[in-house]
Amino acid sequence: MNKYRLRLFVTGHSANSDRAVSNLRHLCEGELADLYQLEVIDVCENPQAAEAERIIATPTLIRALPPPLRRVIGDLSDREQVLLGLDLRHVEQLPPPPE
Amino acid sequence: MSDPFIEYDKIQKTSTGIQGLDGIALGGLPSGRTTLVAGTAGTGKTVFAAQFLAEGVRQFQEPGVFVTFEESAADIRRNVASLGWGIATWEASDQWCFIDASPQPGEEILITGSFDLGALLVRIEASVKRIGAKRVAIDSLGAVFARFDSDLIIRNELFRLSTALKRLGVTTVMTAERTSEYGAISRDSVEEFVTDNVIVLRNVLEEEKRRRTVEILKFRGTMHGKGEFPFTMMPETGIVVLPLTEIELDQRSSYKRITSGIAELDTMCGGGFFRDSVILVSGATGCGKTLTSTEFIAGGVAAGERCLLMAFEESRDQLSRNASGWGKDFDQFEQDGKLRVVARYPESGGLEDHLIRIKSEIMEFRPNRVAVDSLSALERVSTIKGFREFVIGLTSFIKAQEIAGLFTATTSSLLGGDSVTETHISTITDSIILLRYVEMFGEMQRGITVLKMRGSAHDKDIRAFNIDSCGMHIGPAFRNVTGILAGQPRHVPTAEIERLDQLFQQGTG
Repeated sequence: MNKYRLRLFVTGHSANSDRAVSNLRHLCEGELADLYQLEVIDVCENPQAAEAERIIATPTLIRALPPPLRRVIGDLSDREQVLLGLDLRHVEQLPPPPE
Repeated sequence: MSDPFIEYDKIQKTSTGIQGLDGIALGGLPSGRTTLVAGTAGTGKTVFAAQFLAEGVRQFQEPGVFVTFEESAADIRRNVASLGWGIATWEASDQWCFIDASPQPGEEILITGSFDLGALLVRIEASVKRIGAKRVAIDSLGAVFARFDSDLIIRNELFRLSTALKRLGVTTVMTAERTSEYGAISRDSVEEFVTDNVIVLRNVLEEEKRRRTVEILKFRGTMHGKGEFPFTMMPETGIVVLPLTEIELDQRSSYKRITSGIAELDTMCGGGFFRDSVILVSGATGCGKTLTSTEFIAGGVAAGERCLLMAFEESRDQLSRNASGWGKDFDQFEQDGKLRVVARYPESGGLEDHLIRIKSEIMEFRPNRVAVDSLSALERVSTIKGFREFVIGLTSFIKAQEIAGLFTATTSSLLGGDSVTETHISTITDSIILLRYVEMFGEMQRGITVLKMRGSAHDKDIRAFNIDSCGMHIGPAFRNVTGILAGQPRHVPTAEIERLDQLFQQGTG
């Protein structure tokens, strides 16, 4: 089941790009197990994709699903910010269900 | 070319196509480089950037890429539609391409680590190559800084961007915000990384009047005009720069005389006005300025010339009624195609707008003579400096067309006195005619004198004139009155005049 659909825009194999990819894989495996689908897009290869999504900064991570669409930028090294930005915190810290 | 600068000027220029700007930029913006256009809010930066691309498409078939950080592409398309540019059409034919980098509604940017503007660079590069762009506009840098809270990264990235643009060989305009009209070049010190060329746009409030100016602060390694030049925004055209003080005194002079419309005045001027001269008629209210300009027009029409009357004090109907009171039929003149009367409120625009309109009327109607009644009315809507520039611009344009111009100016006091208009423009005009009230034995009489007549001998007398249903009639000189021009006419006994005459004869003899 692909609950989360993530798209990561990077530019070639720059230090930022590679760091972002590895940070994201790490995080997804830890938090989302098999609930996600990840697509890595190299804008150097595919400028139209960047144009369509109006990407300016790289790396940019977009949570395409579930809605609403959310985006964060940077190499994803600040784990807390990533979880906040993707609205994933509840996966980690779900409040105990009411009795 | 005999211009000594051209030979040493190795840097190519790209014509902006913006009217008047290429003149002061001595050809245009340095090609293949980035020019920073800085200005406070509302100075016309976005229009400048858009027009740089639009003129590229319209005049030089050069495609352009517009990168927008602030307004959305849709907003810009709509905003410049009022200028008559069909951007959507150009987009369809790949002459114009937007890179929309404006914030999306509801977008908040969360920064999770180190980043760069690689995607933007890739997008710009891809679009430039796709449409073969020669020009790029980036509006505005301030918005990028505001959006990403990481000045250091943005600074580095914009430097990378300007290097990349240079490599692509495109000529670029970047806009940046300023916080004050006369202070730091730009808010985020962007000039530190796009330092080659800087243009500053200003919108200064001077004596309750807005005055837009453009100044080329620097062009590295190439020449440009110095100082601030006024500009205005015209519908259908966009920015129009008035390079007034750049005008050269290279008009040809003519010895051909034309009639003033009044035979006696022609005689006083030594045979009429010169065909390509500018004449200032100065006088207090009601002493015959409008009549003088009416005679000037009627004289022209009678000689088979075409005349343009720019009126800023009275409506067309009022002028026509006045003229018929002096036996001149404006309606008939207009029907014959010999006259065009354009009446406007001075307040209907800034002086730059008026100048452009007068010029376009002249270009359209192609008159042999132009009368402006009155310049003083126009002075109300401007600052002294702005007014002076306006008169210089108008005078040199009229002379360049080799036509005659007659301007009227109102003096503030009834007797004697001079007008502000007069003091500011008297050196620019070729001839000055003074109309003055003369108080004589409890009666107001009118006097006329030719104060200055460049390039010709002229009558030095102050002559009396009267006005009737046929127009102006100039009579003999005021022989026994002195102090007319000073505004204190004094009657001098005939014996005293004879004594003075003899005194001079003895002196010279």
